[in-house]
Amino acid sequence: MIAAYATAACLIIGAGFALVAAIGLLRFNDSMTRMHAPTKIGTIGIGALLLGSMIHAYETGHGSFHELLIMAFLFVTAPISANFIAKVNLHCRSCETPPAPPRDDTWSTLDAPTDESNGAKTRS
Amino acid sequence: MTGFFNRLLPHPFLTLLLTVVWVILQNNVSAGMVVFGLILGIIIPLITAVWWPDRPKGLRLGKFIIYTLIVMWDIIVANIEVAWIVLTRPNAKLRPKWVVVPLELRHPEAITILAGTITLTPGTVSADLSNEGHSLLVHALDTDDPDEVRDQIKARYEARLKEIFS
Repeated sequence: MIAAYATAACLIIGAGFALVAAIGLLRFNDSMTRMHAPTKIGTIGIGALLLGSMIHAYETGHGSFHELLIMAFLFVTAPISANFIAKVNLHCRSCETPPAPPRDDTWSTLDAPTDESNGAKTRS
Repeated sequence: MTGFFNRLLPHPFLTLLLTVVWVILQNNVSAGMVVFGLILGIIIPLITAVWWPDRPKGLRLGKFIIYTLIVMWDIIVANIEVAWIVLTRPNAKLRPKWVVVPLELRHPEAITILAGTITLTPGTVSADLSNEGHSLLVHALDTDDPDEVRDQIKARYEARLKEIFS
């Protein structure tokens, strides 16, 4: 009985966070801020759903640890996809230009080879 | 003896990780599965050792576990904070800013973990690395003081990672 309530609570929390992530994605007005909502809230949303799945599985006697693996892989891959979206934004200049780094010349995404160094035209 | 051990296990942490992932994937903690996982955990790092040229030599497992727990707690707090901002803060009042974090870490593995941690924690996403790898570009969702965000990242995460990968 307690397990059923715990499963239900986890599902509601997870679904709630997923909804907030979707609202954030629609609501913000610039591509960089938009990225914040799904990358962070999405992880806890799915985490709570998986926790609910785990509790339910143990209650019905088909316990498994697969959900832990899903969570681990999700936590490893979410930052990478966010990083790539950010890099595309930087590359397409669709966001505010960041300040220059203190010790190096520029950011690696903005570090396009010049025409002289490779003889080819890099940007039209 | 230690030389032989080092050659058999070029990457002990990867061996442990592969064994644990294999056992969880099989969903069956029996001696056979653990042994098979260990075989995979020894063979795969041996075959892929060529692609880990400058792997960090020491990893303090105890401090790494403490770091993981701190980050998990921060992720939960971060989620609630960002959810609150999403639901209550109008777009006009949002103050997104770029934050530049100068790095003291030199290992690529440590910088990767730091960037991942920053993305998963309060209102910040790591966007880019400078071309020589000396600083990290971070986008903050809502802050009025980029220096404070930078100092917090350096004190809370980077200092700990430096100890772990020393």
